[in-house]
Amino acid sequence: MKKTIVSSVLAAAGLMALGAQAQAATLDDVKSAGELRCGVSNGLPGFSQPDSSGNWTGLDVDTCRAVAAAVLGDSTAVEFIPLTAAERFTALQSGEIDMLSRNTTWTTTRDASLGLNFTGTNYYDGQGFLVKTALGIDSALQLDGAAVCTQAGTTTELNLADYFRANDMSYEAVVFDTSEASAQGFDNNRCDVLTSDTSQLAALRTQLSDPSSAEVLPDIISKEPLGPVVRQGDDEWFNVVKWVLFGQINAEEYGITSSNVDSMLSSDNPSVQRIVGTDGNMGEILGLDDDFMVDVVSQVGNYEEMFERNVGPNTPIGLQRGTNALWTDGGILYAPPFR
Amino acid sequence: MSVHKASPDLPAPIVNRGLIGWLRENLFSTWYNSIITLGLGYLLLSWLIPLINWAFIDAVFLGAGPESCVANAACWVFIEQRLGFFIYGFYPEAMRWRPNLVFILFALTVIPQFLPTPAKLRKWLALFGISGLPIAAYIFISGGHFGLESVATSKWGGLMLTLILAYVGILAALPIGVALALGRRSDMPIIRGICVIFIEFWRAVPLITILFMASVMLPLFLPDGVTFDKLMRALVGIVFFQSAYMAEVVRGGLQAIPKGQYEAAEALGLGYWRRMRLIILPQALKIVIPGIANTVISLFKDTTLVLIIGLFDILGAVKSTLSDPAWDNVMAEGYLFVAFCFWVFCFGMSRYSHRLEKSLETGHRN
Repeated sequence: MKKTIVSSVLAAAGLMALGAQAQAATLDDVKSAGELRCGVSNGLPGFSQPDSSGNWTGLDVDTCRAVAAAVLGDSTAVEFIPLTAAERFTALQSGEIDMLSRNTTWTTTRDASLGLNFTGTNYYDGQGFLVKTALGIDSALQLDGAAVCTQAGTTTELNLADYFRANDMSYEAVVFDTSEASAQGFDNNRCDVLTSDTSQLAALRTQLSDPSSAEVLPDIISKEPLGPVVRQGDDEWFNVVKWVLFGQINAEEYGITSSNVDSMLSSDNPSVQRIVGTDGNMGEILGLDDDFMVDVVSQVGNYEEMFERNVGPNTPIGLQRGTNALWTDGGILYAPPFR
Repeated sequence: MSVHKASPDLPAPIVNRGLIGWLRENLFSTWYNSIITLGLGYLLLSWLIPLINWAFIDAVFLGAGPESCVANAACWVFIEQRLGFFIYGFYPEAMRWRPNLVFILFALTVIPQFLPTPAKLRKWLALFGISGLPIAAYIFISGGHFGLESVATSKWGGLMLTLILAYVGILAALPIGVALALGRRSDMPIIRGICVIFIEFWRAVPLITILFMASVMLPLFLPDGVTFDKLMRALVGIVFFQSAYMAEVVRGGLQAIPKGQYEAAEALGLGYWRRMRLIILPQALKIVIPGIANTVISLFKDTTLVLIIGLFDILGAVKSTLSDPAWDNVMAEGYLFVAFCFWVFCFGMSRYSHRLEKSLETGHRN
């Protein structure tokens, strides 16, 4: 017994010594570790989900891969750490992960009081409603008195209450533990309406026994900008993560794709030249190689490729670009210039 | 004069023996019993037939992907396609021979315990199971030694992780539990106090709280940049929690030993440790085998709680893939698969404990 205690104390001390070298400059840590530790969701279709061979796929996952490609030149050098909603911020604060990319909504409280910084938005989401087509409803304002399926302990529950109160309507909440369970409840007619983020509603709709029996209403009742998060106080790393996403959006704007990135190296367009690193020293001032965007685009793709591959119209989730289109295409995706 | 010969007894009337007799006796003895039998029989069949149809007859067992599934029938293709993930989690495919090797070692250690193998061999295998096997499992699964590439614990998952959590939990909780039980009955006030506080503390908090503390709160209390492995934190939590339970089970056994045994052992002039090791513990542990088996089985099932701290045990692995939009609703198949895996292991443990009880039975019941 005594021996057990002594040896476990020693083991604990050893572990602490190992961990102590982390923190400080995350960029240097990631470079010296040769691997990016990225916190992701433990299963959200289209954003981060393991495929049949256990590889992580999704938009949030690709956001991590892009950063790994930029910093290490290898998009596969990522250790994905699945986190629940409750532990995500602790994991980042305690240095267990280098960045968090877990469909996390950017809010004032999170930005200001948790010691974290949101680096941007990789998906503009919003809460919506999925209703049975048989009800003949075409606006959320007609939902007075409806039974609404929702997931416990999420902001959707609060937004729902806010929306119905603001519009002076009543509703009956049917609360479920997980989003799949709420979809099942909706399918079994436990409620008339299912509410969640629209990106999730699209995925949940495919799980219904007859997907054509339900449709997503056009009303969006909340703003949910989802994006990567880093620790506060490490501006160098903050800039890297921020500009990798901006770089991908800029690459889409200038038509740089994974298939043509090599020919873009000889482009005459100065904007393209600055992105691919043939002109200027954008990489160097960020602490990266000048051609870091070439690695990102060739290995992960620009924003459009990332979107189409994971959640676009040709995937089972089938989301349209909508708000997430470039500002030039009527969306609100607008990245500052590489200059 | 003819001697009277008794004619052979006639068998009981057909309505009183065999299947018909049994049915009459047990299911149709009175008119109201008959009605209940018919009613329940109808309910059972109306529920069972569709279930068998769904799970076996109409079900699709082999296929290439979601498109081979049919409506209103189980789609076992889903399990088949994801089996690798459900068993190994994110463990790199090229290195899966390593856990496989450990699985084989595990099977070779465990299966002979259920077969009529020589007692001596069983004993050696059991000894290997608590010493060599965990070391081998650590070396092979974790890597980093002997030229094996190291695999981070965040990549461990599935059934492999469930078994690791349960095995380490059981292996560590039993000796710690015995030590705590002895400590709680000790004459030394400090040791007794420590043991009582330890047991009462860990037994009074729900496991889910402990895991949550370990994964969410603990990192905040540690100095900046200091991180413990998440799996390690969960394991320590599980071990502490279960050893408190184990201690109370063992203490029950210690109290069941008649005082005469303690005094006789003392009269033989044995010291404390030899008294316990040679006389008291063998008897006490034998008495509480059902209790230990109970704790062990509940520990095995409790490992699923690591789901809430984002570890992909078998339930977590299955759950994370259920929402895959490529597949139609496969919730039932997924959960049935998990239930089946758990049933196999828990039933196995229960049989093993029965066997152990029988083989250790010495007939000294007073």
